[in-house]
Amino acid sequence: MDMKVTKKKLGLKEKYKLMTRDLGWEPTYHSKDEVFPYVGYEGIKIHDWDKWEDPFRLTMDSYWKYQAEKERKFYAIIDAHAQNNGHLNLTDARYLSALKIFLQAISPGEYAAHKGFARVGREFPGVGTQVACQMQAIDEIRHAQTQIHAMSNYNRYYNGFHAFADTRDRIWYTSVARSFFDDSMSAGPFEFMIAIGFSFEYVLTNLLFVPFMSGAAYNGDMATVTFGFSAQSDEARHMTLGLECIKFMLEQDPDNLPIVQEWIDKWFWRGFRVLGLVSTMMDYMLPKRVMSWREAWNIYGIENGGALFKDLARYGIKPPRGWDDAEKAIDHMSHQFMLGLYQWSFGTAFHSWIPSEDDMNWLSAKYPDTFDTYYRPRWKHIKKLADAGTQFKNYGLAKLCQTCQLPCVFTEPDDPTLTCHRETVHEGETYHFCSDGCQHIFENEPEKYVQAWLPMPQLFQDPINGDLGEWMKWVSLLDGKDNGDYAGSEDQKNFEAWRGLATTNQ
Amino acid sequence: MAVAAIKDYIATPRDRVENFHGKQLVYASWDRHLLFAAPFLLCVPPGMPFGELVSGPLSMLVQADPDAAAIDWHSVEWLKANQPWVPDFAASLEANGITHKTQLRFRTPGLNSLSAAA
Repeated sequence: MDMKVTKKKLGLKEKYKLMTRDLGWEPTYHSKDEVFPYVGYEGIKIHDWDKWEDPFRLTMDSYWKYQAEKERKFYAIIDAHAQNNGHLNLTDARYLSALKIFLQAISPGEYAAHKGFARVGREFPGVGTQVACQMQAIDEIRHAQTQIHAMSNYNRYYNGFHAFADTRDRIWYTSVARSFFDDSMSAGPFEFMIAIGFSFEYVLTNLLFVPFMSGAAYNGDMATVTFGFSAQSDEARHMTLGLECIKFMLEQDPDNLPIVQEWIDKWFWRGFRVLGLVSTMMDYMLPKRVMSWREAWNIYGIENGGALFKDLARYGIKPPRGWDDAEKAIDHMSHQFMLGLYQWSFGTAFHSWIPSEDDMNWLSAKYPDTFDTYYRPRWKHIKKLADAGTQFKNYGLAKLCQTCQLPCVFTEPDDPTLTCHRETVHEGETYHFCSDGCQHIFENEPEKYVQAWLPMPQLFQDPINGDLGEWMKWVSLLDGKDNGDYAGSEDQKNFEAWRGLATTNQ
Repeated sequence: MAVAAIKDYIATPRDRVENFHGKQLVYASWDRHLLFAAPFLLCVPPGMPFGELVSGPLSMLVQADPDAAAIDWHSVEWLKANQPWVPDFAASLEANGITHKTQLRFRTPGLNSLSAAA
């Protein structure tokens, strides 16, 4: 006899309720305050956690299915890339410098974000929030892994990829990204959400990912394009989480506004500084450029960011404090960074170079008000030194900013010929900053930033005590291979030789 | 403002002078000479005469600038912690009031080969 089984399928809304909201319960052995001890001390007042909206309504079972499918596609393409010598399809091996910086500084940031979201997922009492943070935590660790896997193919052929974990922990320029994430992870759960969920994922991420992934596509790097696509659908969810979080805080209690505004000011400026190197990737490191940093800022900063803050104005939110200083820096920062990277290239696990005449003409067309006036004369002089066989190396290590940890390469907002010098004394110690924005952040929480592990001062303490050779060993930097000018490097020679084999009969 | 924390927040600076084995950090920059991307970090003993800091590490580091040979060190204008200041070249850094992490700046009006006139 046939039994007709009525297969009861849950609707999306029902399923979401069962698999998220209904997972919450009222604790009886311990008080709620004991179970969630970190949710109150930042001063954010929440009256009703059920008001948290999750527009994606994604449950763990469907999450798993989607992600597994993406992983299968991703690894199929990565395998094909490896088997078909995909690395020889690059426009030029100079492109790899952008990838090396990404792997050393940004991929570890994905892992840090994973740890942060895993933590706040535990610390927030609301179930909707917990589930959304848990998914983002898994996304972030997946992003770190896929990026490392995608780039590991290049490690078989090129220098600078072999010790990215040591580089992340020890080399001077990665402390910029590391301190950014450490700062967010040592903050409370709400500040973490503003730092990573809102400022980084929502306001600034397009400035990183869109130019970077388009840059990969323009320059023939299929591996990176693939992880970009694989991450993209997650990013939409992350941006929504960040935006939901800020609206939730502002709607729950009017007292939250000044706290949230202070965090937006702080994390916009920190994010702007940490993403500053992207300007150099876009303007200098991509052999085939997508758009200039200025053009990217006009779209993703001024247009999109402007619209966002207009939207948030109804809650009383104002554009971040550093917004005007950021705008004034846009036409200068990529040049200031690249000039620094070039003169300190003995200490970087990637190559830099003097821009060619063609490159300089492109830069002067994109930066008509600044490049020829301020930066071309410096490059021309540096070229002259290189042609005379005396490559410019600046062994006077750099003063670093106590807050963002970047070398103080920036000029006064209204005078591009004068370095910005800012300092303050706290409990008898002097601290230096690259900008008013970073000084302001320090002065709000000096106890936090006096602990900064600044790589340049540390170089002169135990155990390195100023020995550059020892330092290179300690950071796993292979002198003459990983570092220095691209011109004459192994990467350049190998790429040209292998590509020659692939495209000529020699 | 203090750090929001659930208990007393006690912080220790990571680069106090006692960590430098008798030396100290001094920062130096040449105003409007941006061939050098950032102020220099020098690690020197506090007993070093100021004149030696200038004729030694500082003169060496600025050599790459086309104006370097034309510097008359005794007529340059100095700033210490961003305030105008006159050094005593014969006295030590310590006697000149140059302590750990002091920022020195110097100006050479008229020398601006690579700088757009401000």
